[in-house]
Amino acid sequence: MRTSRRQFLKAASAAALVPAPALAQGAGPKVVVIGGGFAGASAARFVKKYDPRVNVTLIEANRTFTACPFSNGILAGLRDLGAQQFRYDRVAADGVVLAYGTADEVDTQARTVSVANGPKLPYDRLVMAPGVDLRFDALPGYDARAADIMPHAWKAGEQTLLLRQQVESMEDGGTVFIVAPANPFRCPPGPYERASLIAYYLKTKKPKSKVVILDAKDTFSKQRLFQNAWKELYPDHLEWISLSQGGKVNAVKPGEMTLATDFSDHKAAVANVIPPQRAGVIAQKAGVADRSGWCPVDPVTFESKQVPNVHVIGDAAIMGGMPKSAFSANAQAKVCAAAITALLRGEKPVEPRLINTCYSLVAPDYGITVAGVYKPANGVLADIQGAGGVSPIEAPRSQRELEAQFADGWFKTITGEVFG
Amino acid sequence: MKATRAFVAALAVLASGAAFAAEAPPGASSCSGCHATNPNAGTTVPPLNGRSAGDIADAMNEYKAGKRPGTIMDRLAKGFSEEEIKAIAAWYAAQK
Repeated sequence: MRTSRRQFLKAASAAALVPAPALAQGAGPKVVVIGGGFAGASAARFVKKYDPRVNVTLIEANRTFTACPFSNGILAGLRDLGAQQFRYDRVAADGVVLAYGTADEVDTQARTVSVANGPKLPYDRLVMAPGVDLRFDALPGYDARAADIMPHAWKAGEQTLLLRQQVESMEDGGTVFIVAPANPFRCPPGPYERASLIAYYLKTKKPKSKVVILDAKDTFSKQRLFQNAWKELYPDHLEWISLSQGGKVNAVKPGEMTLATDFSDHKAAVANVIPPQRAGVIAQKAGVADRSGWCPVDPVTFESKQVPNVHVIGDAAIMGGMPKSAFSANAQAKVCAAAITALLRGEKPVEPRLINTCYSLVAPDYGITVAGVYKPANGVLADIQGAGGVSPIEAPRSQRELEAQFADGWFKTITGEVFG
Repeated sequence: MKATRAFVAALAVLASGAAFAAEAPPGASSCSGCHATNPNAGTTVPPLNGRSAGDIADAMNEYKAGKRPGTIMDRLAKGFSEEEIKAIAAWYAAQK
């Protein structure tokens, strides 16, 4: 059945090579991209840029993209959701065909992707950039319905606005809890930036309140920088409870607004629960995710180690030392686009180098960063030793102000490259 | 050496009528995450497109040697060899 279908498709694509009135997309090779975030939208544009002959289709469920980086600013009232939102008009103007809908099935034998209530799209190379799925089966009591009461706000949009509204309407004297997951998860410094900016808001507007992080870990990204800044800026407004101090939340009760750890039940005025995550569900369906829930890939081409002709980039992929950040996703997309266009020409992809840079704001004028340079080694992307690292632990305030300015510039630049 | 190869490859593409865009040498495609290729991006991070290759390479080598103060570039430059820096600088210099 599958073979005959494949033969049929082969015949069909051979027929398409015969000079004939061009179909909507022409007769070049076909690349389909699933997911229009920082990874997917970048990959679609750069494949088209690197080789305009290639027919590129981007499958995306939403007509408006809402960016996560900087969305913590909304929680502190520093930013509007509109500043996070982008459309795909410029992506389409580059010659990428937008297929709005949910990719609900990948046939990796026939090499087709089905869009719910839409077309079945054939591909020569498929790029999967589905991002993360929040696991509503991992933390007892925390399911999709619980998220209406205890928002995760880990996908920007309605959830961000809900958490903002809860923090804003909280009476002074309340405690905002942030439940931080174990590694790996999207945006490793994110929970700590979030705690910082909520503390900034509370300190200014509700000084009798505080924010408490209940953490399933003993260490986290940019830890010393965050902790030093907290001591300086928010000594009375922010508390971090680590795994070994009993910070791991084992169950939640949205009806009672409680968070249960081994030691006590914490009663929350506002509870932001960031649950464990895994690669987007379509990655599980397509067989590119392994038992960890994430997708192992070749570090040169980002082709799946489990399914040929399928590449996985961004948060869904296992990228070795590279963290799950928007910068990483965009950098991986460009390398992946170059590798795919090389492969489609029958050439060997070049061994890449990649950069990650990740800004966090501890206050609107206080920025800190982590950066890294990566190369393929032992089947993954490994840190290049001696490069990268975090902002200096000791630095004048002017340096933190400069990094906050560059953070703002970074957001404009990357969203300009991906969507502008 | 690598820079020369990249340059020759770029020339070959131009000569062949640019069937596909010349791809950036290893590492270079990451830079545009911060260094905007659009001059109207609204960032204070300086652009790289069209700057002289010598200036870009000098800056990178100074960051790498710790002779130039920076926020992030002093950390990133250490991840690149002199050859890689040369190739990246030549490529950005050739972009409009």
